[in-house]
Amino acid sequence: MKKPFELHAEYQPANFAFRNGTKVEKIINLYPKGRQQSAVMPLLDLAQRQVAEDGAKASPVYGGWIPRAAMDHIAELLDMPPIKVYEVASFYSMYNLAPVGKYLIQLCTTTPCWLCNADAIVKACTDHLGIGLGETTKDGKFTLMEVECLGACVNAPMIQINDDYYEDLTSESMKEILAMLADDLKPKIGSQKGRKASMALTGPTTLEKEAKKAGVV
Amino acid sequence: MPKLTINGMDIEVERGTSILQAAEQLGIEVPRFCYHDRLSVPANCRMCLVEVEGGPPKPVASCAMACGEGMVVKTDSPMVQKARKGVMEMLLINHPLDCPICDQGGECDLQDQAVAYGFDRSRFHENKRAVPDKELGPLIKTIMTRCINCTRCVRFAEEVAGTPVIGQMNRGEDAEIGTFIDELVKTELSGNLIDVCPVGALTSKPYAFKARSWELRKTDTIDVHDAVGSNIRVDVRGREVMRILPRLHEDVNEEWISDRTRFAYDGLNKGRLDRPYIRDENSGKLKEASWDEAFAFIAGKLKGVKGDQIGALAGDLCDVESMVALKDLMSALGSPHMDCRTDGALFDVSQRAGYLFNSTISGIEAADAIVLIGTNPRLEASMVNARIRKVWLEKRIKIGVIGEVVDLTYPYTHLGKGPQDIESLMKAKDGFAKILKEAKNPLIIVGQGALIREDGLAVQHAVRELAEHFGGTYNVLHTAASRVGALDIGFVPGEGGRDFHSILEGTKDGTLKALYLLGADEFDARGEIGWKTFTIYQGHHGDHGAARADVILPGAAYTEKDGLYVNTEGRVQQAKRASFPPGEAREDWKILRALSETLGKTLPYDTDVQIRERICREWPHLGAIDQVVSAEPAKFGKKGKLSKEPFRSPVTHYYLTNPICRASDTMRACTRDFGVEDNHIAEAAE
Repeated sequence: MKKPFELHAEYQPANFAFRNGTKVEKIINLYPKGRQQSAVMPLLDLAQRQVAEDGAKASPVYGGWIPRAAMDHIAELLDMPPIKVYEVASFYSMYNLAPVGKYLIQLCTTTPCWLCNADAIVKACTDHLGIGLGETTKDGKFTLMEVECLGACVNAPMIQINDDYYEDLTSESMKEILAMLADDLKPKIGSQKGRKASMALTGPTTLEKEAKKAGVV
Repeated sequence: MPKLTINGMDIEVERGTSILQAAEQLGIEVPRFCYHDRLSVPANCRMCLVEVEGGPPKPVASCAMACGEGMVVKTDSPMVQKARKGVMEMLLINHPLDCPICDQGGECDLQDQAVAYGFDRSRFHENKRAVPDKELGPLIKTIMTRCINCTRCVRFAEEVAGTPVIGQMNRGEDAEIGTFIDELVKTELSGNLIDVCPVGALTSKPYAFKARSWELRKTDTIDVHDAVGSNIRVDVRGREVMRILPRLHEDVNEEWISDRTRFAYDGLNKGRLDRPYIRDENSGKLKEASWDEAFAFIAGKLKGVKGDQIGALAGDLCDVESMVALKDLMSALGSPHMDCRTDGALFDVSQRAGYLFNSTISGIEAADAIVLIGTNPRLEASMVNARIRKVWLEKRIKIGVIGEVVDLTYPYTHLGKGPQDIESLMKAKDGFAKILKEAKNPLIIVGQGALIREDGLAVQHAVRELAEHFGGTYNVLHTAASRVGALDIGFVPGEGGRDFHSILEGTKDGTLKALYLLGADEFDARGEIGWKTFTIYQGHHGDHGAARADVILPGAAYTEKDGLYVNTEGRVQQAKRASFPPGEAREDWKILRALSETLGKTLPYDTDVQIRERICREWPHLGAIDQVVSAEPAKFGKKGKLSKEPFRSPVTHYYLTNPICRASDTMRACTRDFGVEDNHIAEAAE
């Protein structure tokens, strides 16, 4: 579950403004006239990404989250009551309303992953980083978050770090990913066992021709 | 017009009617929590499930399903019963079993429906969830654990009150209602949140743990805190008013009331005048007296005073009976000096059309453009403002304002600040003038802010011309409950009589030797009344009037007397006695009747029936209870010079507009917490 919103926290900035005005305009113009409020979700995402950009340069680093000032700014841009923005932002789990680490690790522990020993992945993370679920490392690099199913059960156990999925994990590959990220390297995205898409490890067992045609084998 | 069958009964309904509404038309009860007939339909509680034959093989939410041709609906089939049991069990999973300590107990939708439709036990063995309570100000107490997330409060605040600050945050089992940023709900309609809440999550803070609904004596009566005349129910235990609730009246307040109406009742028990007082001439202090002593004192003081040396002023909360009695007494004494416009408003009172809200409050819904002149209806008459907002919400009508720039909960075009702008609007060809020209039924609403001025008569004239120019209706929005009644019975200067300003001048230059204040508290009596004038104050609170008085005669407040009130649209309504006045205090017209006898001018009525007869004989329309007797169109006002002074609403302190409010701790707390300055400190009689 994501961290709760804290209204009076010191880290809440007083102001927020979008850096990329043209992008904001482009997003708003995607929606028909009079329905501009629909832009609330992409704008919240844009705000979170902008904060992530700032966070990458800061010391200690931090990841993307949405300050209250940003929500108020979006409400003003879209001419809607702020509470409507708060409702949306608090509803969706991908909008962080409190600061997170530069790498937000979302660990799936729902049934299929759990059956494939997601607990070992969680343990690998907590042991390696020395923090528990819902906590952030002191250097601001990592936050661990337990989440419900992310929809990649075929390649369980899996996790999500920022925008990317890492699948078919073992304790070892998990630790390796964390070690690479600690040095800001880019680990391989997707299956860690070389599996392509969601076919069997050894290659396609059905629809072989189609797989060839699609160029995945 | 689809025809359908519900429980074997055929009905034909308007297109777009929901199954729930159709069932209601047939008198079939469908349980519901989130559905409210004056709010939008979210269909999230699932309590109103019914079976529709031939449709998908599952129950449907009847509040959100429109009636279709040939539908066969069952509201009580085994499938429906089972579905409702399931929903009820779900809702009760997280609802605490704290009915014995819940203020909603005994009048709780959840309680009633759990008994009627629920399952007799729970199969849930986990812990119930707990939700932190929210701080919503001095009026609403929250126990959020009881909330069933029906979102009625969210929709009320957004749609009716126009203050979208409440929302549903988070999701799943963490979903909760709140303001997210710890805001107070700053609306003058917030008390209605308590009524719309189907459970005990939002309850009245002043009423918390005070009484149970079944031990209260309920009286249907009329509110006097503004000129709307909202229909209310006063709940009394013993002599004490425990709470005030709205009553349904489609043409006046629908089913809402404003916070002042609902919460100022604690003022009825504080600062009351419960016995007569006489001011000692040497010490200047008020001394307790008996009725006989007080009357004898008045008779002694008035001896030798000529009729035209006496003036009378009637305040904002007076009933028609007492004003008629005072008028009769003044006439018997030979005085033409009386006025009811103690706010100093000047307008032509000779024509009834000149001071009524002619289009009626429900008539606002037929408007297609509105101009508000010198009024802030949100503070002056919240129910009228809610009605304007309702029309705006439905039809997005154009609204223009001449006066202060304030938040009215709906967007408007600001057309100017003062009287000049009325003239320029009339001369204009485009802009808002064009909208008015094209409108079929524009309303022109003029407030007291435009009439409490030296050029009041000229403003009235200009507004009437404006209304005539655009073919609209001229409406006056009053702020005092007594005003239209007083004007109807002619409690205004008679032949050669003095008006409010002139009466006060008369007391200062010594031409008026005596002044009778009937509940007149809305001006600085101590500063404005000359010190030599013998002042009689009759009223129920130790407020401005009593502070200046030489004799105090304790009267009854609006919950303590049967009385007629005429609201701003000219609707005559009858208030009923819910409890008795405290101590020696008596009903007002009876005090005047008793005094008249001591003065040797006995008024010719002894009973309620006789005074009603007296009233109906001279003003037959006052006998038509709950009727709007509309006024004949007429010419009124006087062409004159308009000043440049901008209009200002007379209601600057919403929570402190009359002696009852000023005595109320709740209203003071609201003034403090909702950030309104408090410089109207009332001073009780010493």
